[in-house]
Amino acid sequence: MAKTAISLTVNGEKVEALVEPRTLLIHFLREQLSLTGAHIGCETSHCGACTVDMDGQSVKSCTVFAVQADGADLRTIEGLAAPDGTLHALQNAFREWHGLQCGFCTPGMIMRAWRLLQENPHPSEAEIRFGIAGNLCRCTGYQNIVHAISAAAATLAGASKEAAE
Amino acid sequence: MIPAAFTYHRPRTVPDALALLGAHPEEARAIAGGHSLIPMMKLRLATPGHLVDLGAIAALKGIREEGGAWVLGATTTQAELIAHAGLARVLPILRETALQIADPQVRARGTVGGNVANGDPGNDMPAVMLCLDAVLEVAGRGGARTIRARAFYRGAFATALAAGEIVTAIRIPAPPAKAGAAYVKLKRKTGDYATAAAAAMLSLEGGRIARCAIALTNVAPMALLAEAAAAGLIGAVPGAAAFAAAAAAAEAIADPAADGHGPADYRRRMAGVMVRRALAAAAERAGG
Repeated sequence: MAKTAISLTVNGEKVEALVEPRTLLIHFLREQLSLTGAHIGCETSHCGACTVDMDGQSVKSCTVFAVQADGADLRTIEGLAAPDGTLHALQNAFREWHGLQCGFCTPGMIMRAWRLLQENPHPSEAEIRFGIAGNLCRCTGYQNIVHAISAAAATLAGASKEAAE
Repeated sequence: MIPAAFTYHRPRTVPDALALLGAHPEEARAIAGGHSLIPMMKLRLATPGHLVDLGAIAALKGIREEGGAWVLGATTTQAELIAHAGLARVLPILRETALQIADPQVRARGTVGGNVANGDPGNDMPAVMLCLDAVLEVAGRGGARTIRARAFYRGAFATALAAGEIVTAIRIPAPPAKAGAAYVKLKRKTGDYATAAAAAMLSLEGGRIARCAIALTNVAPMALLAEAAAAGLIGAVPGAAAFAAAAAAAEAIADPAADGHGPADYRRRMAGVMVRRALAAAAERAGG
């Protein structure tokens, strides 16, 4: 099957690639770009383990074709820490609050939380639960994930207040 | 899960999309948000040889007010609908419904037009469009036409769309004065289709119901307009007794399957409960 040329930005870097039209975005990221942070969980658009950010929205990359991401600006969990390796506030908070057990859902959970905190920088607990409803965790019971996102929101709010002062 | 191979097209205009669909009549499928079609393709229950992506057609996007009606471009996403403050002021039932569809990631991609046009009895927007008496704007190679939502659904995944036609927009009349509307859905979990759900709209005059429409989701092979249930409320004082009678009339037309959502009789009863709750919320919002 003929391949299609796509050009996109992934974690701030320009990427040009040839893909089969049927290649799902998650397979493109994992197998062609070796970005294996986003996981393949249910493959049925339910679990959210494959969540990445595409043009300012959280998407399930198992339900988008790579050709549809032509021209898009993507961010994956690999693009969240600073270039020097300093973890993002959300990554730190998930560690501090033990917002994971097996860790399989964590990349998708953090990428969804990252977008959620830009949509709503001060979410209530109920808003966090509604906002991450498309991400399933089979270990934690969600309690510490919600705590971690709240804590990261507070950290980020403190940081932006400091920057403003 | 890897879909069967296909040729991908990304037209910029509606005529180009229609030409592509017409050029491959047996093989082409239109794709909007893809959150119904891509899962079907992964399971190879759908194996289109040509995929015509409507996502780059600017004319299919956007929400606008036009002559008192609200017009939703077919590829408006649920997330865009939810974020539109003007629409939420006039027709809050649309936002209320969209927020009950799937989850944030799915709402970011899933479109109103896809939800309406797919013909899946589990989709939530069809009942709302029946309730609000929306008109679907449709384009085909033979030209454009309009189809009332109330004449659109024929059965499970069967609609009035002819081969090669697409829905381009959905036109929703402004609600009457002193009207309220609500969409109430029972589901087992986030992302689930409704066990039963109901849309209700009513307006009040002098403390009595002047106009009313009720529609049901996922308790029949297609969304149902509960005409007798609504007709029985005209002239009634809103309240538990009137709403119970309407619920009973709605249950009488429900014909749900027994499936993972529960036995048929349970789902029929839940349709009645959803009707009661939707009517109560609509009456409260109407000022009754």
